[in-house]
Amino acid sequence: MIQPAQYLALAAMLFTTGVVGVLTRRNSIIIFMSIELMLNAVNLTLVTFARMNGNLDGQVLAFFVMIVAAAEVVVGLAIIMSVFRRKASASVDDAKTLKW
Amino acid sequence: MEKYVFWVMAFLSLGSAILMIRARNPIHSALLLVLNFFTLSVFYVLLDAHFLAAVQVIVYAGAIMVLFLFVIMLLGVDRDDVVEERIPLQYPLAILLGLAFAGIAVWTLHTTVGGAQFRGIEAANQGGNVEAVGRVLFTKYMFPFEVASVLLIVAAIAAMVLGRRREEEETASLIGDSTPDGREPAREPAKVGDER
Amino acid sequence: MPDVPSAVNVAWLIPLFPLAGATFLLLVGKRAGKAAGPLATLMMVASFVTGLVTFVQVSHRPAGERSFIKPIYDWIVSGSFGVSLDLRIDPLSLVMILVVTGVGALIHLYSVGYMHDDPRYPRYFAYLNLFAFSMLLLVLANNFLVLYAGWELVGLCSYLLIGFWFERPSASSAAKKAFITNRVGDLGFAIGVVLIFVSFGSLDYDAVFSQIGSLGGGSATATAIGLLLLAGAAGKSAQIPLHVWLPDAMEGPTPVSALIHAATMVTAGVYMVARSHAIFEASASVGDVVAWIGLATALMAAYIAFVQDDIKRVLAYSTISQLGFMFVGVGVGAYTAGVFHLVTHAFFKALLFLGAGAVMHSLAGETDLTKMGGLARKIPFTATVMIAGWLAIIGFPGTSGFFSKDQILEGAYASGHTVIWVLLLAATAGTGFYMSRLIFLTFFGKSRVEAHQHPHESPPVMAFPLGVLAALALVGGLLGLSPHGGRIQQFLAPTAETFAITVRSDLASGTQTEHSAEGHSVLPGAVLPPAPEERESGLSPLALSAIATTAGLAGVAVAGYMYLGAFDWQRRRQRAGLAWRAARNRLYIDSFYEFLFTSVGKLVAVTLAFVVDAKWIDGVVNNVGRGMTLLSGTVRKVQTGLVRTYALGVLAGTVVLIGLLVGRTR
Repeated sequence: MIQPAQYLALAAMLFTTGVVGVLTRRNSIIIFMSIELMLNAVNLTLVTFARMNGNLDGQVLAFFVMIVAAAEVVVGLAIIMSVFRRKASASVDDAKTLKW
Repeated sequence: MEKYVFWVMAFLSLGSAILMIRARNPIHSALLLVLNFFTLSVFYVLLDAHFLAAVQVIVYAGAIMVLFLFVIMLLGVDRDDVVEERIPLQYPLAILLGLAFAGIAVWTLHTTVGGAQFRGIEAANQGGNVEAVGRVLFTKYMFPFEVASVLLIVAAIAAMVLGRRREEEETASLIGDSTPDGREPAREPAKVGDER
Repeated sequence: MPDVPSAVNVAWLIPLFPLAGATFLLLVGKRAGKAAGPLATLMMVASFVTGLVTFVQVSHRPAGERSFIKPIYDWIVSGSFGVSLDLRIDPLSLVMILVVTGVGALIHLYSVGYMHDDPRYPRYFAYLNLFAFSMLLLVLANNFLVLYAGWELVGLCSYLLIGFWFERPSASSAAKKAFITNRVGDLGFAIGVVLIFVSFGSLDYDAVFSQIGSLGGGSATATAIGLLLLAGAAGKSAQIPLHVWLPDAMEGPTPVSALIHAATMVTAGVYMVARSHAIFEASASVGDVVAWIGLATALMAAYIAFVQDDIKRVLAYSTISQLGFMFVGVGVGAYTAGVFHLVTHAFFKALLFLGAGAVMHSLAGETDLTKMGGLARKIPFTATVMIAGWLAIIGFPGTSGFFSKDQILEGAYASGHTVIWVLLLAATAGTGFYMSRLIFLTFFGKSRVEAHQHPHESPPVMAFPLGVLAALALVGGLLGLSPHGGRIQQFLAPTAETFAITVRSDLASGTQTEHSAEGHSVLPGAVLPPAPEERESGLSPLALSAIATTAGLAGVAVAGYMYLGAFDWQRRRQRAGLAWRAARNRLYIDSFYEFLFTSVGKLVAVTLAFVVDAKWIDGVVNNVGRGMTLLSGTVRKVQTGLVRTYALGVLAGTVVLIGLLVGRTR
């Protein structure tokens, strides 16, 4: 039997991978993709808990997360496209007006 | 049987995730992420969440990642990243903290729900998972469902607004840049990740 | 209750006249012009007449009922502490009033002539009147606080008058020196007043002196108070070590020197000791301290006067020396003798100063003795009056100075202070020497006057006061013909049995007789105790008198040999030794003070300014600034402006927080 803890541990590690991806990459699109990875890890956690607790609330919540993630991706990519049109660069390091 | 599937899929999932964040080419990253989503879908099947498994593939792998690929190819950012990291200690610290975070998370899980077992959702899945989800969704979570639909409409409108080409000043003021579209920015070189 | 003399009821007129004069002249003096002088003089004369009438009325009273208190105004009313401005009319204050107003009026008259051409003529008289008012306030005070107020006021007037010709840097420095030196003494005085209040709960004379007995004989409190009061008296009366201001005070106009620095202000210290004699007697040792300081001052000042060439400087040191005599008098317990000498000294010292002023006036301001000589032929009247003063000060038999000086010496001998008596004789001889030197060098011998001088006599307005003072100097001795029966002594030392009568308020009467430690009867209400009793064995008064006179005449003889005879003092001077040079440089005391305060003070100031302030304090402030700059320069590097570092920060914080939470619940 697979124990829930294993699913949860896997989800934690996927989440961490997403975090490291956000911190490490400069390309804004790849950062965005890492964020999607994080969201999916959370989804996995939710579904695991649903099965653990014996009800479907977790699955419904994961469904909603997906909906919101979709909306967010749409808006986020539109923004990235606007920024790219201005500066011809997708690097997040270019936004450093607040530097000392 | 489930065990083998789980371990193989787990390995694949984690591997693709790590490769995704390391890939130089964004197209590769995107494709690896698609793979990751597929593995997650398998997990959902293992967890008796059939509806979600389908939705995962349709929405995530089918719509969202396609969108990503479109944008990547549209913007032409499939060139290589500049390899060296300009911020000192960023990379080692990120790894370190990431490991710390993972360690804490796993350890917490182990101590809290370490010994728990699956209760199973056979009872809840009466009539099939889809019907069961529908039952819960349209009764208990009616209101969030409606709000989510509004959210989707708003997102669509937002994408249209953000995406169109309008007068240069307005867009320029939105992102704080005074060089109009099409002209090369005075000091910014057209390379990703190049600083000075 | 015996009725109060009418004059006492208007006793407030006595200080009011000069105060009115001063106020008027200060406000509109410029417009008064040359009328300022006569006006001020008139005020003084009015005050003197009032004082004289009061004196006559009071002296007709029986000996025990001569003390009155006239209340004027309740000054401080604060819970249990009260000080009121009252005027005290009793024999001691009356004597002082007569001296201040009488000699003062004469000096005012003299000034009308002497200061005639001065551009600030009205202001001079305003200051003189103000001084007279201050001095009268001092002697009329009935408590220590009003005394202190008058004390400070005379110090102020002294400053104003010494620095009257303030365009001269030497004058304004001298004024500052006088004021500051006085201040040093006044500090001790003020602390003494506070101590009096603390010990006795009141500052009124009657209240304090009647409680002296409660301190016990020879008490430490009385010694402390006595020493502190002595500090003030030493400052005001130019005793060692606070004498340094008086010679420099000669920068002021000569009448000022006569009035303030010979006759009145400097005697305030003697007056104060005499007034507070009960305190000095309650202590076993303070009286001796007073006497020894007076003696040392008398000797030192005489020694310095031997070699001074400025005519006013000689007189200044002579004043210091004679004040030392007075201090010896009150120190050994012969209070009436000290006060008597105060009176006679006022006569002849004012005379000598005014006469010196006349000499200077006739020589267009020359003060150097080496440029005078043989003036007796040219200005005979001036010479005559000066000789009268000279006879008085050296104690020529029959003059006023003879009697007063004799009584001091007698007091020292009779009270057992034989050493003081001997040394005071030496000072007497010294007095004879330097005064004779002055007279001989000025009026006799070969004339060393410079060719352009035309010596001439003074105008009548100056000559009249000189004449009056000369007469007083010669015959004033009648006031105290014999040691125990002298009129002034009797006047000053009633054997009273009642407290001072307060006008228009309750009379407190009692017949208490207290015995002080020495065994005299010191009765409440007595102004001054009688002179110390005679020793069983020893010299008779006549012998003492003869010895004193001989000492004085010996000094005259030496001076005569040196300055009238064949002795070539001008050549001897070129080979002068250390003794001469030391006296010439005022025994280097002034130089020492100057070194102490300027050099040391400058060192302290330089250290404070350049080290403490510039380096340390500024350093602290600057370094705080620099530290902040460094700190912020380092800390601001956190703000990279890059999203990714911020994200890293968020992650770090999250890890830490979750770790803490998890670890806590563990």
